[in-house]
Amino acid sequence: MSQTVISPSLRATAAGVRVENVNLAYGSNPVLKNVSVEIEPGEFFAFLGPSGSGKTTLLRLIAGFNKADSGTVFVGGKDITDLPPWKRDVGMVFQSYALWPHMTVQRNVAFGLEERKVPRAEIKARVAKALDLVGLGHLADRRPSQLSGGQQQRVAVARTVVVQPKVLLLDEPLSNLDAKMRVQVRRELRDLQQRLGLTTIFVTHDQEEANTICDRIAVMSDGVIQQVGSPMELYEHPANLFVANFLGSANILDGSVLTEGAARAFQLTGGIRFPIPASASVPTDAKLVFRPQDASIGSTAGGGGNALSGVVMHREFLGSVVRYAVRIGDSDIIVDAPFRSGDALYEPGASITVRISLESALWLSS
Amino acid sequence: MALAIARPLGRLLASPGQAALAGVIALFLLLFLVVPVTTVIYVAFTEKGTGVFTLINFVDFFRTDLFVNAFWNSIYVSTATVLVASIFALPLAYITTRFSFRGAVLIQTLGFLPLIMPPFAGAVAMQLLFGRNGSVNLLLDDWFGFKIGLMEGLNGVVFVQAVHYFPFILVNLSAALRNIDRSMEEAAQNLGCSGFRLFRRVVFPLALPGYVAGASLVFVKVFDDLATPLLLNVKDMLAPQAYLRVTSIGIADPMGYVIAVVLIVVSVLAMWASTLTLSSKDYATVQRGGGGLAKRTLRPWESAVAYCVVGLILALVLAPHLGLLLLSFATVWSFSPLPDAYTFAHYARVFGDSSVYIKNTLVYASLAALIDVLIGGAIAYLILRTKLIGRQGLDWAASAALAVPGVVLGIGYLRTFYDVPMPDGRPLATFWMMIVLALAIRRLPYALRACHAALEQISVSLEEAAENLGATKMRTVRRVVVPLMTGGILAGFISSFATAAVELSATLMLVQSNSDAPLAYGLYVLMQSPAGRGPGAALGVIAVILVAICTFLSHVVIERSQRAKGALH
Ligand SMILES: Nc1ncnc2c1ncn2[C@@H]1O[C@H](COP(=O)(O)OP(=O)(O)O)[C@@H](O)[C@H]1O
Ligand SMILES: [Mg+2]
Repeated sequence: MSQTVISPSLRATAAGVRVENVNLAYGSNPVLKNVSVEIEPGEFFAFLGPSGSGKTTLLRLIAGFNKADSGTVFVGGKDITDLPPWKRDVGMVFQSYALWPHMTVQRNVAFGLEERKVPRAEIKARVAKALDLVGLGHLADRRPSQLSGGQQQRVAVARTVVVQPKVLLLDEPLSNLDAKMRVQVRRELRDLQQRLGLTTIFVTHDQEEANTICDRIAVMSDGVIQQVGSPMELYEHPANLFVANFLGSANILDGSVLTEGAARAFQLTGGIRFPIPASASVPTDAKLVFRPQDASIGSTAGGGGNALSGVVMHREFLGSVVRYAVRIGDSDIIVDAPFRSGDALYEPGASITVRISLESALWLSS
Repeated sequence: MALAIARPLGRLLASPGQAALAGVIALFLLLFLVVPVTTVIYVAFTEKGTGVFTLINFVDFFRTDLFVNAFWNSIYVSTATVLVASIFALPLAYITTRFSFRGAVLIQTLGFLPLIMPPFAGAVAMQLLFGRNGSVNLLLDDWFGFKIGLMEGLNGVVFVQAVHYFPFILVNLSAALRNIDRSMEEAAQNLGCSGFRLFRRVVFPLALPGYVAGASLVFVKVFDDLATPLLLNVKDMLAPQAYLRVTSIGIADPMGYVIAVVLIVVSVLAMWASTLTLSSKDYATVQRGGGGLAKRTLRPWESAVAYCVVGLILALVLAPHLGLLLLSFATVWSFSPLPDAYTFAHYARVFGDSSVYIKNTLVYASLAALIDVLIGGAIAYLILRTKLIGRQGLDWAASAALAVPGVVLGIGYLRTFYDVPMPDGRPLATFWMMIVLALAIRRLPYALRACHAALEQISVSLEEAAENLGATKMRTVRRVVVPLMTGGILAGFISSFATAAVELSATLMLVQSNSDAPLAYGLYVLMQSPAGRGPGAALGVIAVILVAICTFLSHVVIERSQRAKGALH
C-alpha cells in the first residue's frame, strides 16, 4: 500500500470495545460461555483459537449479526447490545470479502457513504482517497471478479474503512490468500491500522499471524476465553495446558506432586522423580510442561535428578535445529537440539538421555 | 465435421471407434435436425417452384394484416405471460427463501406442480372454472351480478400459459435467491443498509440472473407454443397460423415456412438478449461458504398476510388440476359451478378403446428418451474425454435444438421426408418413427446436460486406474464410466421420457392417423368436442400422474446417486 499521508477524512476516532458476560447457544449447543473481554481504543487485538472455538460467533456478535442469550456489548462506552447491525458503525471485513459482483470497485466502496447520505462530491473524494490508501486507485472501474484475491481483499478493507467505523473487525482476512501474499498483506494491515489509529479485532486460527501483528491476543477454546495477553506473555506464562500447547509446541508429562516436608518433587507416571524448584508455584494436579528447546539430549552415559532415558523414534533436520521425537516410558516428547555443522546426529533407535531444564519448565493443571 | 478425423492425424486425437461414433452422431443430427431446419429456412427464402433466392415471401408476410397481427399478438401474449407469471412467482420465491416460514418446502413443491400438467389439458379445465360460464363467473354472477372475462381471447391464453409456466421463474428465482451468499447481505447491513433498500440495492440485483433466465425461458416457450392457443380457439397467433397454413393449404405454401423462420429468429433473439443482459454484468463470483440468504422470522401479522398471499396464488395455479380431476369424473358439467353427477365411465372408455394412445405414448416416449441418453451420453463422453476435432460442433448442434420451436421441426420433417418413400410406397414422413425422432431431437439438449453433468463429476483418475490395470478404452467405459454415470443417465432418461410424453407441438404436425397418435394428441382431439371432454380429462389425469411419477422417480434417482457419490468422497 502506498505511503500516502492519511487525511483527516479517513482517520478514525478510536473507540474501545467491552464484552461482558456473554452467553450464546445454537439450540442446545453452547457456543460462547460467559465471555468477557475488554479491547483498548486503538489496539490491534486478536481472537485466536482452533476452528469451532467460537471466534467468528463472537465477532459477529459485536457486529450485530448474532444475538446473545445474555450479556452486554459496549462500543466506545455505549451499550449497543440491542442495536441492529446497520446502526452500529462497526466495520466488518468478511472472510469471503463479500464484494458485490454487480457493482464496480468504485461503487462497492461508495456504498456505505451513499447509505449515510454523504454529498456526492464528498463521496467521490473519500472513495478516491480510500482506494489510494490501499493502492488500488487505478482499478476503480473494474469489477470484483477482475481482481486477484489480494486486490479483492484490499477493496473489502477500503469499503469498510471509508465510512470511518468506530471499530474494524477482520474475520480470517488472510485465509483466502496464498502463503506469500499472507505475509505481505498482514504487514500492510498492521501498517494501515497504525496509520488510521483504528481499534481492530482480528480473528485467526493461526498463532503465527496473531503473534506477528497483534498487540494483545485472547486465546479461545470451546467458547471460553482461556487467557488474554501479549504474544510474549502468553508464550512465557501460559495459564493452562491448552494455551501452552496452542502457542508453540509443548511437551507434557503426566505425574503427581509429592510433598516431603518443605521439599517438593514431581513423580512421573513411570516412577522417576524430579525435584521441583523452590520458587515454582505448582498446583496439586499439575503436569510438567516444557518447550522443545528447554531440554537437551545426550548419549546414554550419566544420570542425575532430571535426566530421563529414552529412545530416538525419528528426527527432522530443520537447519539451525534438529528436532528429535523421543519416547520416554510410554510418553512421546519433542526435543530441539541446536545444530552446528560437523555435529553428529543421533539415529532413530539410538538410546539417549534427555535433560530437562527445570528452571524454565512450567507446572500447569489441565 | 467428423469426417476429418479418420485421417492418420486422428490417431493422436481419438481412437477409430470414437471417430466412428462421432460420425454416426453427426449423421443423425444432420439428418434429423440440420437438414429439416435448413430446409424450412431454404424454402422461406426461395421462390416457390424455381428455387431462386428471394425475400418476396417475407414482404408478403409483412404485407398481410393477418400475419402482422398474429406477430404482435404472439409478442403480446408472451410478454404479458412473463409479467403475470412473475406476479405469481415473485412472492412465492421471496417468501419461501427469505423468511423462516412453515411449509416452505411444501409451497415450493406445489408451485412446481403446474409444470407437469400439459398446458392444453389445463386449458379446458380452466375454461370450466374461469370461463364466461365457468364456476367462478357463475358464482360471481349469482352473488354480485358481474362476470370477469379472464378467459376471453388472448388474455385467456396469457392466463393459462402463466399458470402453466410460472414455475420456471419460481424455480430459477428461488435458486438464485438461495445462492446469494449471506455475507453479501450482511456486508450491506454492516455499512448501514437495511429493509427495502437492501432488497433493491443488493438482493434483487444478485438474483437478477435467475429471474432473467426463468423469464426468457417462459417468453420463448409461450411464443413457440401451438397447442394451447389452438385449444382455446385462438388462431391469430404465429404458431397456430403456421400450423393452419401447412395443414390446410399444404406443405408447398411458403407462408408456413416464413412464419417458422420468424419463430426461430424471435426465439434466438430472446435467448441472446437474456445472455447479453447477464454477461454485461459479470455475476460470476465464486460463492464461498455462507449458504443462502439470512432467514428472518415474521411477525404474526406479517405471517398472516404472507399465508394469505401464498394461499391465493396456490389456489389459482392449482385450480386446473382440480378442474381436470372433477371433469374426468363428471357426467355433465356445464353452466353449473360443479358437475351434475359423477361416474367412472370416462376412465373405462380411456382404458378401453383409447388405450392405444397410452400404449403409443409409452412406446414413443421411451424410445425417444433412450435415443437421447445414448446420444447425450456419447456426446458428453466425446467432449469431456477425447480431443476429437469437431466434438464441440456436436455439442453446439445438439444444444441448438433448444432454439428450434416444435412447430418448425414438425414442418421441417413434413417437407424433408414427404418425398422419401418407404418400401410400401407411403411417404417416410407418415411413419410413426418420425414422431419418435422429433421428440428425441427436442429433448436432446436436456439429456445432454444431464449426462454432461454426470460425467463431469467422475474423476478421470478412476478411468486411468482401470486402464493402468489393463482395461481397454471400451472396457473402461463399460465397467467404470457407465456404472458411475448410471444415476445421471437414468435421471436424464426419466426427465426426457416425462416431457416427451406430453409434448404436442411437433407431434400435432406429424401424426397422420389416430392409430399412431400419442396421448397428448388423443387428448387434444377429444377435447375438441363436448362429448370427448370427459374422456379427454381422464387422459389428462393419466398424463399428469405419469409425469408426476417420473418426476418423483428422477428426484429419487438423483438424490440416491448423489448420496452414493458423497459416500465415496
Ligand atoms: N448458524 C449456526 N448454527 C448452529 N451452530 C453454529 C452456527 N454457527 C456456528 N455454529 C457452531 O458454533 C461453533 C463455533 O463456530 P464459529 O464461531 O464459527 O467458530 P470459529 O470461527 O472459531 O471457527 C461451532 O461448533 C459451530 O459448529
Ligand atoms: Mg470462523
